[in-house]
Amino acid sequence: MTGTRHGRTLRGRAEPLPFAVPRSDDAAVQEERLRRFAALWSRAVHPATSAPLSRTEFEQYLLPLAARLRDALHARPFDPAPGAEVGAELVRGHCTDPEALPLILGAVDAYLVLYCPPDDGVPADESRARCTRLQHSLAAGFARELRERTLAEQEAISRAALAAQAETEQALHTSEARFRAVFEGAAIGVGIADVQGNITDVNDALVRMFGSLDAPVAGRNVGELVHPDDAPEVWGLYAELVRGDRDHYRVEKPYYRGDGSVLWTDLTVSLLRDAAGRPQYQLAMMEDITERRLLHERLRHQATHDDLTGLPNRTLFFERLGSTLEPGSPHGHFGLCYLDLDGFKAVNDSLGHAVGDQLLVAVAERLRGCATAPHELVARLGGDEFVALTTGPRAQRDVTALAHRMLTALADPVRLDGRDLSVRASIGIVAGRAGEADAAEVLRSADITMYRAKAAGGNRYEVADADSDARAIARHDLTNCLPGALENGEFFIEYQPLVRLADGTVRGAEALVRWLHPVHGVLGPDQFIPLAESTGLIVPLGRWVLEEAARQARAWRSDGRCRVPLRVNVNLSPSQLRYPALVAETVAVLDNAGLDPSALCLEVTESALIGADEDQLRPLRQLADLGVDIALDDFGTGYSNLAYLRRLPVSTLKLDRSFTRGMQCVPADPVDVKIVEGIVSLAHTLDLSVTVEGVETGTQADRLRILGCETGQGWYYARPGPPERLHTLSLADAASCPRH
Amino acid sequence: MERPGWAPQGIDLSVPSVSRIYDYYLGGSHNFEVDREAGRRAIRAFPGMPRIMQANRAFMRRAVRYAAGRGVTQFLDIGSGIPTFGSVHEVAQEADPECRVVYVDHDPVAVAHSRAVLEGNERAGVLSADLRKPAEILRSAEVGGLLDLERPVALLLVAVLHFVPDEDDPWALVAELRDALAPGSLLVLTHAATAAGQAKPEEGEKVKEVQHVYRTIGSPLCTRDHADVARFFDGFTMVEPGLVPIPLWRPGPGDAAGEGPAADDPVLAAGFAGVAGVGRRP
Repeated sequence: MTGTRHGRTLRGRAEPLPFAVPRSDDAAVQEERLRRFAALWSRAVHPATSAPLSRTEFEQYLLPLAARLRDALHARPFDPAPGAEVGAELVRGHCTDPEALPLILGAVDAYLVLYCPPDDGVPADESRARCTRLQHSLAAGFARELRERTLAEQEAISRAALAAQAETEQALHTSEARFRAVFEGAAIGVGIADVQGNITDVNDALVRMFGSLDAPVAGRNVGELVHPDDAPEVWGLYAELVRGDRDHYRVEKPYYRGDGSVLWTDLTVSLLRDAAGRPQYQLAMMEDITERRLLHERLRHQATHDDLTGLPNRTLFFERLGSTLEPGSPHGHFGLCYLDLDGFKAVNDSLGHAVGDQLLVAVAERLRGCATAPHELVARLGGDEFVALTTGPRAQRDVTALAHRMLTALADPVRLDGRDLSVRASIGIVAGRAGEADAAEVLRSADITMYRAKAAGGNRYEVADADSDARAIARHDLTNCLPGALENGEFFIEYQPLVRLADGTVRGAEALVRWLHPVHGVLGPDQFIPLAESTGLIVPLGRWVLEEAARQARAWRSDGRCRVPLRVNVNLSPSQLRYPALVAETVAVLDNAGLDPSALCLEVTESALIGADEDQLRPLRQLADLGVDIALDDFGTGYSNLAYLRRLPVSTLKLDRSFTRGMQCVPADPVDVKIVEGIVSLAHTLDLSVTVEGVETGTQADRLRILGCETGQGWYYARPGPPERLHTLSLADAASCPRH
Repeated sequence: MERPGWAPQGIDLSVPSVSRIYDYYLGGSHNFEVDREAGRRAIRAFPGMPRIMQANRAFMRRAVRYAAGRGVTQFLDIGSGIPTFGSVHEVAQEADPECRVVYVDHDPVAVAHSRAVLEGNERAGVLSADLRKPAEILRSAEVGGLLDLERPVALLLVAVLHFVPDEDDPWALVAELRDALAPGSLLVLTHAATAAGQAKPEEGEKVKEVQHVYRTIGSPLCTRDHADVARFFDGFTMVEPGLVPIPLWRPGPGDAAGEGPAADDPVLAAGFAGVAGVGRRP
C-alpha cells in the first residue's frame, strides 16, 4: 500500500523508479533515449494538434508523458493503466483531433520499445505485448477524456448561452419596464399600431385625450381616424411611412373625441423596423394642442373679423380674394358684389352713430344669411361697405342671384328703437376668371360699378362692363377733382334771364353753375352736382355760388342803366337744406353783398321737400320770413301733393318744362293746357306766382301769358350766358317791348 | 408584466456566431450545430482555415509573452471570443501572475462563458461591448477597475478588425483607442489580408466562398490589403519584423520559418490568410 503510494508519487514526478532501473551510469543514457523518443513523438503528432504550441514546446509537453509510458513498460508487475492517463493528458494538451490518435499510437508503437527497452528481465515478445496493451489503454484514456471534455465544453457553452439569454431577458425586461413607465406615465399620448394600421397599444394619456370610454382607440384601425379637417397631405405621408419609404412625419391632425368634439394634436409618427429593416410597427406620439389651436383661432378670428358685426373683415376678404384670383387657382371663376348702403350717412347724421351701428349689425346679419355656402363669403370692408364673394364654375351666374338675394334681404325695414328704417343699397357686380386681374383692380371695378348703381337711383345692382367702367371712372375722376376745382377757381356762373310774361321785361336771372374742367371742358351741373352732393362738397360750392350770385345781383342793382332792380335765383340742393348754418350763412352773404333779401330767390326742388317735417322746413321758413323768396323747382315732377303746398314757405312755383312742351306747337295740346290752367289757378289760390321753364317759342310764351303765368324762362328769351349779357337783354327789352 | 408583441427579440441561437465558429476551428466543443455547419462550409471552401486560426492563437501567445517580457502587464483584448486553451490571461499570468486582462466581446454568449471561466480570477474581467463604440469600452467599469490607462497597455485586436466594414471607419476606431493609451503601449493585431499578385485565381475563389459564409451569418468578412492594414498602426512604431504573414512574426524555436509545419503551408507563407504585427506607441 505504502509502496504503491510511494511509487505513484515518484511516477507523478516522472522519475525513473530506483527498483526498475538501478542507478548506474546508464541513467544519463536512458534519459537521452527518452528525450529522443519524445522528439520523434512530437514530430509525428504536432501537425495534428490544435494546440497553439510550437513543436519545441509541444515536445516539452510530451516528455513527462513519454517517461510515464516508459516507466509503465518497465514496471513490475506490469500495469497498463498509466497509458490511459497519458491518453487523457494528450487531450488536455489540446490533441483533440481524432486524426491525431493514429499518429500518437503509431509513434508509440514504432519507437517506445526501440528507444526505451526494458531490462533483460522482460523478454522481447513480452515487451511488444506490454507496448500493445499500453496503446490500447492510451486509446481508451484518450477517448474517455475526449468525451468528458466535449461534454464539459458543451455544457459550459450551453450554460453560457442560457446565462446570456437570461441576462438579455433581464436587460430587455429592465428596458421594457423603463419604457413602460415612460409609456404609461407620459403626458403625451403614445400609440402603437402595426403597418396594417391595427392599433395594438395606447397609453392612458392618449385615452384621456380622446376621452373615449365607449369608443376605445385601441383595437381600431388608424385608417378609420379620418377627419374632414385633415391636411391634404396627411394620408399620403401615412402611406409612405407604412410602405417603408419614410421613417417619420409630423403634422397637426384633428381627431374625433368620443363625444364627437374635435381633438387637435401635434402628431409625430415614426416607423419601427425589424432586424431585417422591414416595416414592422408605427409609433405615434401626440400632444393635445386643442386649446392652443383654439386660442390661435380666436386670435386669428379677431384679426380677420369685424368687431361690430362679426363678419369677416377686410383682411380676410383680401386674403380670400387674393387666393381666388391667383393664376392657376382651383376656384377658376369668381363673382363679387360690392354693396354700399344708400343714405347711410343721413341715418348716422340724423339718428346718431349708435343707431347707425345697430343698423349695420342688422344689415350684416341679413347679408350673412345670403351667402352660407362654403364657396361664398360676406365681409364688411368698413363703414357701410360690404362685399360678397362667390367662387366656383358657376360663379358668374351665381353672383347676380347673390346680389338679388342681398337686395331682397334688405327690402323689409329694419326695426330699431321702435322705428322702422328702410334700408336701400347699391351693388356693383364684377365677375371673371382667376388670373385676369388683381384684387385691387377687381375691387375698383366693383366700387365704380356700385357708384353707377347709386347714380342710377340706388337700391339696385349693376354689372361691371368695360364701357360703363370707363364712364364711371371718368365720374370717379371728377369726384376726385372736385375739391381741388373749387380752390383752383374752375367754377363759374352763367345766368339765364327770367322774363315777365306780361310785358317781356327782364326781371332777374337764375344763376347756373358751370365747371371749366381742365380736361373735359365745360361741364353742366347735372354732371357734377350729384357728385358734390355725395361728397359733401355741395356745401362750400353752394356757398360760393350764393356769394357770387349775390355779388352779381348787387352789381346789377348798382348799375344805373337798369330800370328795374334785377333779382337773382339760386338753387339750393337737398344737402344744403340740412346744413345747420344755412340761414346764418345766407344772411351773412346778403349782408356782405349789401343786398336786400327780396332780391334773392332760393330754388328748392320739389323732391327735396317731400316728406320734410316742420323741423326740416324751419330754415326755409326763417329765410322766407326774412324776405327771401322761395321757389319750388321742377314742380310737377315729383309727388305733387297739392294740399301739402299750403304748409310750405314757398312763394313761387317753377313749372317743369314737360307741362308746357305741348304748347309749343299749333294747335296746343288741350290736355296740357287744361293741366297748366289748373295749376296756375291753384297757385293763385294759394297766393303763389308761377314761373315756367323751357319757353322756346313765342306762341308758347303767349299762351302761358294768357293762362296767367307770371314769369317765363327759356331759349326763346335767352340761353344761359355771362352776367354782362343780362344788361344787353334788359336794355333790348326796354327798346323792343314798350310798356303795355 | 405581459411582454408586448412589438418588443425586440433576445439572443437567437439559431444564428451562427463568429466566436463559436472560431472555437470549432480550434477543435473546441464550445459550439452548436449551426456554428459547426457554418465552420464546415468554410473549411470545405478553404481547408487551411483551422491552421490559420491556430496560427492566430500561436501569434497571440508569442505577442503576449513579448509584451510581458517588456514589462507590459495590462492587456485589453477586444474581440476576445470564447476563451480556450492558451487564452491571453493564461499566457500572461503564466509569464507574470500580476498581469491584468480585460476581455471585450459583443457576443453575449462568449461574454457569459468568459465570465464563467474567469470566476475567481481577480485580475481578469470581461465586458460586453462593441468595438465600434470605443468610448463605451474605455469608460467601462471593467477597464476602470482593472487597468491603469496611465501605464502601458497591450491592446489586442486579433482577428477582429476584418469584421468591421469600411463604412464604420475601423481606422478611426483604432485611433480613438490609441489616443487613450499611454506611451509604451502596444497594439497587437492580426487581420485577414489579400496580397495582390501573390494569390492564385482559384485561391481568390476560395476566399470569396469563405466571405459568402460569413456574409450569410451576418458578419461579413472584409479582407484588406497590406497597406490598408498597415494604416491601423498609424501613430505606432512597428516592432520587428513589422507587418508580416502571421507565422513569420517572431517564430519561436521549433516553429521557425521553413522548419515547422506552419511555414510549410504555402497559403500561410504567402500571407494570404492574414498578416500580424505589433506596434509600440512612442
